Amino acid sequence: MAEANYPDDLRYHDQHDWVRVEGDSATFGITWYAQDTLGEVVFFEPPEGGTALTKDQPYAEVESVKAVSDVIAPMSGEVTEVNDALSDSPEQINEDPYGAGWLVKVTLSHPEEAETLLSAAEYQKLLDR
Amino acid sequence: MATPLEEQLRRTPLFEQHAELGAKLVPFAGWEMPVLYEGIREEHTAVRTHAGMFDVSHMGEVEVEGPGALAFLQLLLSNDVSKIAVGGAQYSCICNESGGVVDDAFCYRLGTDRFLIVTNAANHEADLAWLGRWSRDHDVAVRDVADRYAMLAVQGPHARAVLSRALGIDLPDRFRVVARNVGRRPALICGTGYTGEDGVEMLIDPEVAIPIFEELRDAGVVPCGLGARDTLRLEVCYPLHGNELTPERNPIEADLGWCCKEATGFIGSSAIAAARAEDTAERLVPFTIEGAGIPRDGNPVLGAQGEHVGTVTSGTFAPSLGIGAGMAYVAAGLAEPGTEVEIDVRGKHRPARIASKPLYPR
Repeated sequence: MAEANYPDDLRYHDQHDWVRVEGDSATFGITWYAQDTLGEVVFFEPPEGGTALTKDQPYAEVESVKAVSDVIAPMSGEVTEVNDALSDSPEQINEDPYGAGWLVKVTLSHPEEAETLLSAAEYQKLLDR
Repeated sequence: MATPLEEQLRRTPLFEQHAELGAKLVPFAGWEMPVLYEGIREEHTAVRTHAGMFDVSHMGEVEVEGPGALAFLQLLLSNDVSKIAVGGAQYSCICNESGGVVDDAFCYRLGTDRFLIVTNAANHEADLAWLGRWSRDHDVAVRDVADRYAMLAVQGPHARAVLSRALGIDLPDRFRVVARNVGRRPALICGTGYTGEDGVEMLIDPEVAIPIFEELRDAGVVPCGLGARDTLRLEVCYPLHGNELTPERNPIEADLGWCCKEATGFIGSSAIAAARAEDTAERLVPFTIEGAGIPRDGNPVLGAQGEHVGTVTSGTFAPSLGIGAGMAYVAAGLAEPGTEVEIDVRGKHRPARIASKPLYPR
């Protein structure tokens, strides 16, 4: 994905994660800005299924050729599914950060945390600062 | 206590080109340098399969000239400088009295009594001071000529063909240096490089650096940043001063015994002769990760019982191998290729295997 893009139907964490909330469950990923800053992702180190995630705490790592970066949990919950396809093609995180490049699916323990997250417009305002 | 002023970063004659091409610029050894343009992996692959060019104008040049030049350099450089014919090039370490590596450098013989040494940017000033200090007893002039040159490394299997066609010049063989006009200005073309691929390094007039860079880009040579330069050199196990080479390590443990000729009596030669005779406690080895994980500088190397047996000096994702790989100092008993170890990558123990040089065979 060559151009910056922040879909309106997602919520955003200021550490450059996105969340797609569906009732008590959610999908997490990193934003266009995060993948662009990191460069080509060559390795994704996922959490194990069942891991309890705490909002604002690191839960996974993404690595480019030269750098490693923690991924911060935008909300709290338990990992129900990991995007296994990323072990063979981590570059999906760059090519389709909001689609095929999703990282984990989570059962939310505190769905109300969604209210603390940013809208697409608020997140872009943060990036422009 | 006064806070020191933030050091002003230096810029190469090609800085504007890098910025215009959208390079990601980072501070490196006091210079503002391009780490990548499009992406490290693309640039790495361009050099392995076609031709790439690196602005390495941050590297330093020192000219050594005078009737005592050869004797002086035999003292300062670890290799046998008398073996370099006029127009030849040779790799050496510059060592301190205890045999530690102050810098590593290519030495080019431009005339019977005239040599050029290409230094690492981070060590250039220290090298000048070190050479200057020892030059007092010799009939020799040591000159800092770093500002006289922009340096462009053009590397890759097609580098020579594209370059000689684009610039209309014939190129030196490997480990040779020739004087040519580039952009109608005097230049030195050296058959050397830091990528494991064929190619040359050109020392050109800074005033023609931009048009030459543009001309080569139009001819299809891919601009490459220091990121790809590092992955390329690591895959062929070329050491980097500051990582593999330091004033605390001697060339024997760094597996550079081949460029140390103790019989010449160079500074550090007795310590190095002793290290060679006794064997060293640790050895620099390449390794690959078996499976997932990317090693990074400073990661501990662990033995069969989880005990600490060494330290990673350079680690990366190796684009041509498609795996994590690097170099590490390990206990000499574990230096044999094939030995299984583990790398502690931020708390995760990644199985790894000691490899032989180079990691990437051409």
